[in-house]
Amino acid sequence: MTDRSPSSPSITPGRLPAGQAPPTSAPAAPAPAGPGREARHQPQDTGLAADRVSWGVDGRLVLDGVALAAPGAAVTGLLGPNGSGKSTLLRAIAGVRPPDDGGVVFDGDDLLRLGRRARARTLALVEQDAGTDLPVTVHDAVLLGRIPHRSLLAGPSDADRETADRALERAGAAELADREVATLSGGERQRVHLARALAQTPRLLLLDEPTNHLDVAAQLHTMRVLRTLADDGVTVLAALHDLNLAAATCDHVVLIDRGRVVAAGPTAQVLVPEIIEPTYGVSCDVLRHPRTGRPVLTFSTAPVPGSVH
Amino acid sequence: MSRTRGPVAATGGRGHGVRAGGRGPVAAGIALGGVLVASLLGAVLIGPAELSAAEVGRSLATHLRLDLLLGPLGLEVEPLSPIRDGMVWHLRAPRALTAAAVGAGLAVCGVVMQSLTRNPLADPYLLGLSSGASLGAVLVLVAGGAAALALLPVAAFAGAVLALAAALGLAGALGQVTPTRTVLAGLAISQMCSAAVSFVIFWSVKGDAFREVMSWLMGSVGSATWTSVAVTGIATLVLGTGLMLCGSILDAFTFGESAAATLGVDVQRARWGLLVAVALLTGALVSQSGSIGFVGLILPHAVRLVTGARHRLLLPLSALAGASFLVWADTLARTVFAPRELPVGIVTAAVGAPVFAFLLWKGRSRA
Repeated sequence: MTDRSPSSPSITPGRLPAGQAPPTSAPAAPAPAGPGREARHQPQDTGLAADRVSWGVDGRLVLDGVALAAPGAAVTGLLGPNGSGKSTLLRAIAGVRPPDDGGVVFDGDDLLRLGRRARARTLALVEQDAGTDLPVTVHDAVLLGRIPHRSLLAGPSDADRETADRALERAGAAELADREVATLSGGERQRVHLARALAQTPRLLLLDEPTNHLDVAAQLHTMRVLRTLADDGVTVLAALHDLNLAAATCDHVVLIDRGRVVAAGPTAQVLVPEIIEPTYGVSCDVLRHPRTGRPVLTFSTAPVPGSVH
Repeated sequence: MSRTRGPVAATGGRGHGVRAGGRGPVAAGIALGGVLVASLLGAVLIGPAELSAAEVGRSLATHLRLDLLLGPLGLEVEPLSPIRDGMVWHLRAPRALTAAAVGAGLAVCGVVMQSLTRNPLADPYLLGLSSGASLGAVLVLVAGGAAALALLPVAAFAGAVLALAAALGLAGALGQVTPTRTVLAGLAISQMCSAAVSFVIFWSVKGDAFREVMSWLMGSVGSATWTSVAVTGIATLVLGTGLMLCGSILDAFTFGESAAATLGVDVQRARWGLLVAVALLTGALVSQSGSIGFVGLILPHAVRLVTGARHRLLLPLSALAGASFLVWADTLARTVFAPRELPVGIVTAAVGAPVFAFLLWKGRSRA
């Protein structure tokens, strides 16, 4: 992305293909997500809607009026080049770093006004690479997800332990339960963090690069977990690096660059060369997956027409 | 160390032997509580002047007014001679109880600082809180006056807070706050405060200044009185209990501050509230005992080997283990070279410094 030309007027028009809905208004119905899966009809007020979210540090706007929608019971991919503000946006939505400006509404609730603990019962955030030097077992780490659900003076109940066990199973980490977190590989730790988030039983699940460090089988497993969660009614918003994972799994994608939304909408409408090429500064062709029929993106470093160096 | 860990280690293996919710933690707590009571009695019994268990019992019974209970049962309690009674009631008992309170408090402070900063090397001594508190206390004592004694814990608290702020500020100014930077910054502040303590004492104290210097810098409960017991005991009971109730909040910090925030914790309030409580407790303890090193560092690590990082277990068990540890460290300090007495900090450092080196070595990849 470093060799990309600075944003110039010549590439700004045409970023949004004709007929692209403005990012604020979520499509009422999710796009057909793939053969064999029934598209769910959601009333318009379910899911996540962020509006004009801005956040800056040292006078530099990292998020510049971001508006995005992640419809309920669907998987939405948050895409964008390195440093585009994906992690910052997830943290702003999660209230970890509340935005300087803007609003975040989920299922009709103003997330930024919700009490901390109520918010922690509503949403969970899986961050990249959170580690610890302290000797904590996987099971105990996952149990941390139950903290917002009980009095701060109480210890975990049997029901909490059961929920943690189920979360571990669902994240494919059941066999890790008695290991110490510090001894896990990057990929195993990632699954444990997913399990911890699931133990929070959130209705909104935010994930920052959940497939980092994972081999291809584990990546597909994680994305399948996100799919089944969405089918169970959870709203999933995942920052993803791998455009093809997004293409294969997400119902919707939101593409951001330098703190602004570039494009948003059903996956097949956003992952097109006209949008990807100027944003990432690569040449891109979209093929069809022979079995699923979903888009498959291939890239080459050929200079993008219109941004000659 | 093996003494304090023994009873707990029996209930399970490393890391997750004691399952939360099982009987293990309760049994471990009761066992450590028993060890503490036995340690206190042992500390009162052991010493250069031979005192029999019966004499100690008679002294304690007299002062605790057990004769009112025992009298009607036909058991007469004959008071000890004033000198022997004084040894039990005015020297050894307050000394052992102060050591227990200080050890428990320092261990709790160590757990909280390590978990909050996610730095396995953090403790009030290493980060300069103890030296800062010593400096505050010494300054007030030198200024003198009737108010000095009452102001002692307050001044020590102020010193601890300033030292903590300076250490964290310096670590931040050095760049990203890594465990190693924090410890280096803490050592710098600690050395500065120690030098200032030595200077102030040499400047103002006539006569045996070095003994005074040593007791503040290395720590000592040798001059403990019932006032010391009251100050350290109340501080440990009130603040220590308060900190122990924050177990779930400290748990939430396991994977860092933003993970804590997503678990519904008000990170800023929790962090500053806990740090101020730690500084208050350290100030109260140091105002009576000087800065005793390594208790807050090694006890939490020893107990963690058994409980894991679950703070609802770790905090109370560390407190109990820390209390017993310091009672025995002080007993060693006053008996090994009797009639000469070592500052107890020498004993804790002799045990703690190798453990510290081991922790540094274990964490070398993180530095």
